[in-house]
Amino acid sequence: MIHIKRLQEDNADVIVLIGEIDASSSIELDLAIAKSVGEGFSKILIDCSSLDYISSAGLGVFMSYIEEFKDRDIKMVLFGMSEKVANTFSILGLNELLQIGKDKVQAKQMVNEL
Amino acid sequence: MNYKYNVACSIENLKGVRDFIRGTLKDHGISDLEISEIVLALDEMCSNLMIHAHHCNPDELFELHIQIEKDNPVVFEIIDDGTVFDINQFHEPALNNIIHEKRKGGLGIRLVKSIMDKIEYQRQSGKTICRLIKSVHFK
Repeated sequence: MIHIKRLQEDNADVIVLIGEIDASSSIELDLAIAKSVGEGFSKILIDCSSLDYISSAGLGVFMSYIEEFKDRDIKMVLFGMSEKVANTFSILGLNELLQIGKDKVQAKQMVNEL
Repeated sequence: MNYKYNVACSIENLKGVRDFIRGTLKDHGISDLEISEIVLALDEMCSNLMIHAHHCNPDELFELHIQIEKDNPVVFEIIDDGTVFDINQFHEPALNNIIHEKRKGGLGIRLVKSIMDKIEYQRQSGKTICRLIKSVHFK
């Protein structure tokens, strides 16, 4: 079960993930990111501070946007991960392929510098 | 100790599967980080089975067993009467290809193989047992 909120701060779209993302809910993450892109945001922050769990289905959603974002010059930074969620990203080395900040302040800096 | 959980093949039930695994392992003093990795691997195996072998038919069931003995590797068994996909025979796509092809899948089996020490399959009285073995630290 995942709740997703979106809010806009300093020209960036902040997507807040609350709960767990698995095969039954990864579509909602995909739709939220697609919506943000569709609305023309070129800076997307993913707030993971209330994300309790993410399965490979959720990881796959982030991976699937890497190429498109590179082509379209869209910056995405994830932040606020718990130790467990951060570990999930690092098992396969996805932390090297995605931009991950410690907190929202750092994530905003990263998204502006990229 | 042996634990058993009957899983109906709806992806809505993955949450229940994860809670069962977390609760069982926590009772045996296994660390949260190790539990979270194991949950990730079994979530993947169970969701694959639900989606690909059972087409998310909630009337079809499989069993998940957990065998825990202190200071021994934990053994997980997924017991099913459907056709079985042996992940040891599967060559997972390279990460670069996943990115390039904008694929949303392909990461899961890589995760399972990274997390588990050993994955084996066995046929027994018409059923297939997929056995996943993982060494853990007991408190």
